[in-house]
Order: sequence, then structure tokens, then C-alpha cells
Amino acid sequence: MSGHSYDAEKYWKANLRLIFGSLIVWALVSYGFAILLRPMLSGIAVGGTDLGFWFAQQGSILTFIGLIFFYAWRMNKIDEQFGVHEE
Amino acid sequence: MSQFAINIIFVGGSFLLYIAIAIWAKAGSTKDFYVAGGGVHPITNGAAIGADWMSAASFISMAGLIAAGGYSNSTFLMGWTGGYVLLAMLLAPYLRKFGKFTVPEFIGDRFYSKNARLVAVICLIVASVTYVIGQMAGAGVAFSRFLEVDSTMGLIIAAVVVFVYAVLGGMKGITYTQVAQYCVLIVAYTIPAVFISMQLTGNPIPGLGLFSTHVDSGMPLLTKLNQIITDLGFNSYTADVDNKLNMVLFTLTLMIGTAGLPHVIIRFFTVPKVADARWSAGWALVFIALLYLTAPAVASMARLNLMTTIYPEGTQAAPIKYDDRPNWVKEWEITGLIKFTDKNGDGRIQLYNDTPAFQDQAEARGWKGNELVVNRDILVLANPEIANLPGWVIGLIAAGGLAAALSTAAGLLLAISSAVSHDLIKGSINPDISEKGELMAARVSMAVAIVVATYLGANPPGFAAQVVALAFGIAAASLFPVLMMGIFSKRINNKGAVAGMLTGLAFTLCYIFVYKGWLFIPGTNNLPDNAANWVLGISPLSIGAIGAVINFAVAFLVSNATEEPPVEIQELVESVRYPRGAGQAQDH
Repeated sequence: MSGHSYDAEKYWKANLRLIFGSLIVWALVSYGFAILLRPMLSGIAVGGTDLGFWFAQQGSILTFIGLIFFYAWRMNKIDEQFGVHEE
Repeated sequence: MSQFAINIIFVGGSFLLYIAIAIWAKAGSTKDFYVAGGGVHPITNGAAIGADWMSAASFISMAGLIAAGGYSNSTFLMGWTGGYVLLAMLLAPYLRKFGKFTVPEFIGDRFYSKNARLVAVICLIVASVTYVIGQMAGAGVAFSRFLEVDSTMGLIIAAVVVFVYAVLGGMKGITYTQVAQYCVLIVAYTIPAVFISMQLTGNPIPGLGLFSTHVDSGMPLLTKLNQIITDLGFNSYTADVDNKLNMVLFTLTLMIGTAGLPHVIIRFFTVPKVADARWSAGWALVFIALLYLTAPAVASMARLNLMTTIYPEGTQAAPIKYDDRPNWVKEWEITGLIKFTDKNGDGRIQLYNDTPAFQDQAEARGWKGNELVVNRDILVLANPEIANLPGWVIGLIAAGGLAAALSTAAGLLLAISSAVSHDLIKGSINPDISEKGELMAARVSMAVAIVVATYLGANPPGFAAQVVALAFGIAAASLFPVLMMGIFSKRINNKGAVAGMLTGLAFTLCYIFVYKGWLFIPGTNNLPDNAANWVLGISPLSIGAIGAVINFAVAFLVSNATEEPPVEIQELVESVRYPRGAGQAQDH
């Protein structure tokens, strides 16, 4: 790679932004909805219990899968955009 | 045909399958399969990672812990999946670009220091051996039941099988064998769950059945379960927890531990391209989620089935007579993992939560204490028997449980032995060691690891999944922070990394040993392992996250107080950030 070029820096910043955004969602569904915010969501019933319980046992896992595929897809686009993708 | 014979056929058959695939794969091009370099698709690699990853803890132990703890043990589900998000975004693509084969090697090169590499080897060994203890505990339970011996004998048989399996070994590296193991374990886990979900809720998808209506009572399944267990003095299954701090820290520990465990990271070194490392993490999680979305259903349904077996006429009527106990209780009594003591001499099995709050009710019914002790690690294995499923389903789950335990234990032993022979001996003590000597060192270190793990596995410091959770805490506190900082910061230098790893590891181990016994030797703990004695209510299982924070902080402070890393190291960090130019992963 061509060291400290302007584009390289922008590429890395774009990656960091994407990671940061993804990790906010990651934390929100697990530490948020499933644990700390569960009492606030207790009014929303899901099959004999509440939404927080669903997030804790299934919802967060489904979100994680979505996040990784989203990241991989976006990042591959960014790779191409900055011309750092592999041939 | 006896159940014993069926079990032998299924377990033996699955082993023959793995060996056959290994031979077939070798007959092709050894290098392709072994290094998994040329053209292994990310989906295939994902399934292989799934088999590597899901161990006795996931397969045998986890649902039992969720069944016992309900909502509060959802931590295992989130923790062991959420780590893949961190892997995909923070580690895997960059380590793939770096293109070396072991984790200590990356740490040694990035921090331009033999000492850093050695400390990484120590961290790796401590985390991996702890992990193997958990596998041995789980495999021991499985063998004791299916070979109908007591649990110590089961453990010893498991140790011998794991050792032979790991030494035969290269087998482990073959992606397609692991794909086969994944198939065996996922089929074995899912089929009984589908049957049971159909019986209880009429919904063939267990993950949906969990939130459906219980056919017999017309109530939602979880409502029915809550009603039964609270009638017997247990906590409600879906109840919220008071100690949210501990729950958050425990989940975080499992997540960053997942991202820091060397035997999982290694899998990402061998994909063809950096982009594939990202996709592989996603596919791995898809395959893992197939089990993890089913596990909470297995947990709640098994708990419900267990309670209705003991109280067939409802919780307000008398429980079953000991003489009328179902066959599976008798079988598991042989292993010593179910114990019955008739405390009030009425010949019936009273299963309830023996707490002061329930004292009055228990006395009114003439109960003199809980009479049935069920080891939580047996729940998944006993599940098909509790639900009266046919013999072949029981044989299948035996094969699945062993596939899970063996594939992971063998992978860990290989990680340990390569750390000792490649990183420790060849990398620093004796660089001129012959290939033969290196192989010998690898085998000896495997044997030592397994003896230690078996000895400690006989009196494990918790149920299989809990022991494994300790290993995650150790990996979280020692390896993850330096790996991440090695990529995301150019400023962290050799001194910072070494100081960070050592303080993170020492802090975490000390906190664990104070409650679990020094070196996990029973009876050597300084404080009783219960919530009243934990600092701020943080359990030893959750301490890894704090250890990681300490590791980050120490590495940062020490690095800033000392000199910058050399220019070529800063350029190395720069280069791992950009995918272009990732060559083939090199063999070592």
C-alpha cells in the first residue's frame, strides 16, 4: 500500500465509521433491549413473555447475523471505491 | 436391539464417516484441504468454523444451564454469538491480511518482541487448557451415560479417545471432516427438538414453538412453565434479574473472549481473500445460530417435560412414586449424575426449590427437603429419553454430543501443541530443533495438557459451560486487547503490550482462583464462590471484561510513557488495514 496517502486515510476513516455504527446497533440489541432496557419494553408481549426476553434469547442473535453480512457487503463496496480490493 | 447397541452403532458410524472423509480428502490434493487455501468457499469454511466452535459447552451443557436459570442465562446465547460481530469487524480481515498462522506469531511480529510472543503463548495455553477442562467434563458425562459406566470412568474413556483423536490429528485441519462433524451435530441437536416442539406446541420449528401455545393447557408455553415452577418455589423462568451489572459484564466477557480465542482466529487465517474472512464470519454465525436459536427452546421444553414427568397429575397432586420412575432416571442414576434420597420416607420423588420462602408449603405437604438432584449437564442428552422419543434419536444425540466435544477438544489440543512446539520451542528456546523433535514436543505437550485437564475435569470448577466461560474470561483479558490494539493503534509498543497482557491475565486469574481454587484445585479457594462474597456482585465468570479494560488501560499508559514503535512496525500496521496485496496464507 502507498503509505500515508490521502485516500488511504479516508478509506480507514470510512471503515472506522462503519464499524462504529455497527457496534452501536450490536450493543443496543444485546446490552440495551435484552438487558438494561428490558423493563422499558416489558409492555410489549411476545408469546407468553416480553420483547426483552425475545431479544435476549433470539432477537439479538438474528441482529448479529444481519450486522455481519451488512458490514461485509458495505466494506467490499468501500474496498472497490477506494481501489484497495483484491484482484 | 438394546439402546446400548444403538448408541454404539451411531457413535461408531459417525467416527467411521469422519475417518472415511479424511482418507478421501487426503487422496486428493493434501495441501488444498489442509491449508484450506485454494477455493474453500466461505460457506464451507463457515460450517467448519461452526463445528470447531460449538463444543460440549454449546451442545451438551448450555441448554441445561438455560433450563435451570431461565432468562438470566440468556447471557450464554448472546455472548457466544455476539463475539462474531467483533471478530468480523475488529480482527479477522486484518489478521488474514497479515497472513501468519498462529496468534503468538502475530503478537511477536507486531510488537517486535520475543517476550511478547512468549507471554502470548502463556495466555494461549492457560485459556486453552481451561477450555479443555470444560470439554472433558462434558465428554465425560456423555461417555458415562452411553457406555453405562460411572462418571469418573466416563471421563477417563473420554480422555483416551480425545488423545487418540487429536494425535491422529491432521484430520482436524481438514475442512471437510469438520463440515461432516457440523452436519452430525446439528442434525442430532435439531431432530429431538423438532419432535418435542411438535409434541408440546404443534409447531415443527422449535425456535418458534418456544413462543407458541402449549397444546395440553392452551396457555403460552412459557406461561405454563412459569406457573409450574413457581408453584414449586423456583424463580419464574422469564423473570428479570436484579444484578444487571453482572449480566452485562458476563455477556461482554463471553463476546470478547470469543474474539480472542486462538483456535477460532486461526480459522480466518486460511481463507483465500480478506473479503472472504468477512463473509466467513457471517456464515459461521449462520451455522452457529441454527443451534443457538434452537437451544432456548430445548431448554424451556426440557424443563417443562422434566417437571411434568415428576408431577404427572399437576403440581398440587402427589409426585410420582420412586418405584414408578421412568427408565431414563434409572439409567442416569447409574452414572451418579441423578441422585434420589427419600428424605420423608414416602416413596415418592419430591422435586422442589428448598428455600426458606417455600418452607411453609413444603411442611404442609409433608416434604422434608428436595429429593432429586439432577446434574444440569445431562439435560440435553436425556432430553429425547424424557420425551419418550425412539431409540435411534437417543443414539443420534450421543453421536452429536461426542462430535461437538471431540472436534473442539482436538482443535484446542492442536492449538496448545503448536504454541508449545512452534512458538515456544522453535520460536525461542531451540530454533534448530529438528522436524521430528518438533513433532515429539507437540505430542508430549498434548499429553500433558490432557492429563491436567482430565485430573481437573474430575472435579470441575463448575458445569461444562461455566468452565468454558472461565476460559473465555482469560482469553478476553489477555489476548483480545493486544490483538485489537495491534491493528487499531500504531502507538502501542512492545512494552505496553507485554505489560497489558500480563496485568490483564494476572488480575483475571487471581480473581477466578480466589473463588474457584488456585489452579482450580478443589478446596484451595480463599472465599466461598457465591454472590454475597463477590466484589460488587461480579462473578468470577464475568471478570474477564474488567481484566480486558485493565489490559487496554495499562498497555495505553505504558506505551505513551515509552518510545514509539519503529517506523517499519508502523508501516506493518498500515499495511494490514488495506486488503490489497494479501498473498496466500503461508505455511509454517
